[in-house]
Amino acid sequence: MTSDVTTLISPVEALIAAERVTVAYENDPVIVDVDLTIEPGDMIGIVGPSGSGKSTLFRALLGSVPLHSGSVSRRAGLTVGLVPQVERIDWNFPVTVAECVAMARAGGWRTPWIRRGERREIDAVLERLGLDGLAGRHIRNLSGGQQQRVFLARAMFTGAEAIFLDEPTSGLDVTTRHEVLHLLDDLNRDGVTIVLSTHDLNGIATHLPTIVCLNRSVIGAGTPADVLTPDVLERTYGSPMEILEHGGMRVVVDSGHGSSLLPLRRDVGA
Amino acid sequence: MNWSELTAPYAFEFFRNGVYVATMAGALCGLVGCYVVLRNMSYIGHGLSHAIFGGYAVAGLIGVNLFLGAGIWGVVTALAIGGIVRRRPIGSDAAIGVVTTASFALGIALVERYGSPGRSADALLFGNILGVRSSDVWLVAGVSLAAVAFIVLAYRPLLFTTFDSEVAEATGVPTTLIDTALMIVLSATVLATMNVMGVTLIAATLVVPAVVARMLTDSFGKMLGVATVVGAVSGFIGMNVSYHLDLPSGSTIVLVGTAFFLVAFVASDTFRRRGASVTHAH
Repeated sequence: MTSDVTTLISPVEALIAAERVTVAYENDPVIVDVDLTIEPGDMIGIVGPSGSGKSTLFRALLGSVPLHSGSVSRRAGLTVGLVPQVERIDWNFPVTVAECVAMARAGGWRTPWIRRGERREIDAVLERLGLDGLAGRHIRNLSGGQQQRVFLARAMFTGAEAIFLDEPTSGLDVTTRHEVLHLLDDLNRDGVTIVLSTHDLNGIATHLPTIVCLNRSVIGAGTPADVLTPDVLERTYGSPMEILEHGGMRVVVDSGHGSSLLPLRRDVGA
Repeated sequence: MNWSELTAPYAFEFFRNGVYVATMAGALCGLVGCYVVLRNMSYIGHGLSHAIFGGYAVAGLIGVNLFLGAGIWGVVTALAIGGIVRRRPIGSDAAIGVVTTASFALGIALVERYGSPGRSADALLFGNILGVRSSDVWLVAGVSLAAVAFIVLAYRPLLFTTFDSEVAEATGVPTTLIDTALMIVLSATVLATMNVMGVTLIAATLVVPAVVARMLTDSFGKMLGVATVVGAVSGFIGMNVSYHLDLPSGSTIVLVGTAFFLVAFVASDTFRRRGASVTHAH
């Protein structure tokens, strides 16, 4: 049974409100009874193990997957941007950085070519993200961090009120990961609502103001101090975890049934 | 061969019509073919041309306008393929294989049993550009104008949907509408050029110019332009060569396109090596 549940509502405080949302593929539920409210100015990280339903929850919130039950309400006129996982991008597709950014402005009639005014806007977005001078370059010929920022630029170019990012730091080194995180923080301070999914607890999630732990359903939601507890993490990841304090921040350590903390042994010269 | 010998066939109306149609059909297929290639649907051009042959035979049998009947058949076929893929765990290549070959087989059976409703089946299968009439010129011109209008008006949503359909849909692009419209344009393209190129060669005219252009540029806008020019030039040169060497026009046009492919293949490899050595030197 697929319920007719996605509705547009008159302006309310929440940008998106999901109530008891269940999504199933081939009658196999992927997320079950998920409640989540996204309000203007939020910066939320959805964390959980692979297969926990993070991407499916994104699709449900954005209305691109039919719901089995429950409802998703989006504020009327809400504009959203979505930054996909870089692994899903066809890097051989013939598109330059400027073309990639410009395609996002797809509503109404637009000239096929990028007009002078739009070019200035694109250059401004690219400059803000540290991509100035790369407008004519093919997206494949960029570093991992630059590639990630091109798709963030595409989302920003639409003037999106809320930007969803699916594993935005996947495959990035530590320095680039921090750069991306700071960019998102800057955007959020400018009033853009940020919702991202990540499995990187220490690198990303602990830095965010709000975390939602997901494993088919919401296990816990709140600040890192509220949510990053051994009980919530074990229920989310199915594995015991310890919480350490370091420099005023929480650090999650996988205690993996008491064995994975140990180094893997190799008998040398046996 | 001097200039007067080269231009001699232009004294004949049938040849002029053939050149007009071959050039326009080449440009049209080059333009639309970019979307076919970039959506990894190269096989659907081949399949759709075969499916439309079935629609042509059925339309003749039940006595409706051949162009209209075959066109509707082509669109329904394309949409049926999409529907099967969405509703069953079957890959698009397999769905195309089943639906379009079944339609082609139906067309062959009907033509064999009841005869060809319009032109000879051989002309439809292999093209007969020298038998092109003025109405064919207008048909290809009309479809070309419609295709260009669609691509200009829907350029960005079409690009967004082709590049990243899921994100496009999630951010409000009407991807189903865009996909359906593209299928209609593709069906009309195949239908309009079928008399010229023949069912068996349409796939090449859709795919080859786009592949040539892809090898020469990394920009989507430039790819559309280059593919359109390569398709038009292939059609123009192919028609002329076919007359002077007394070769079938459809296959000559495809061979000219293949020559462009070989040149682009070598040229793009040379450029890539040169670019790599420059990068390495830095």
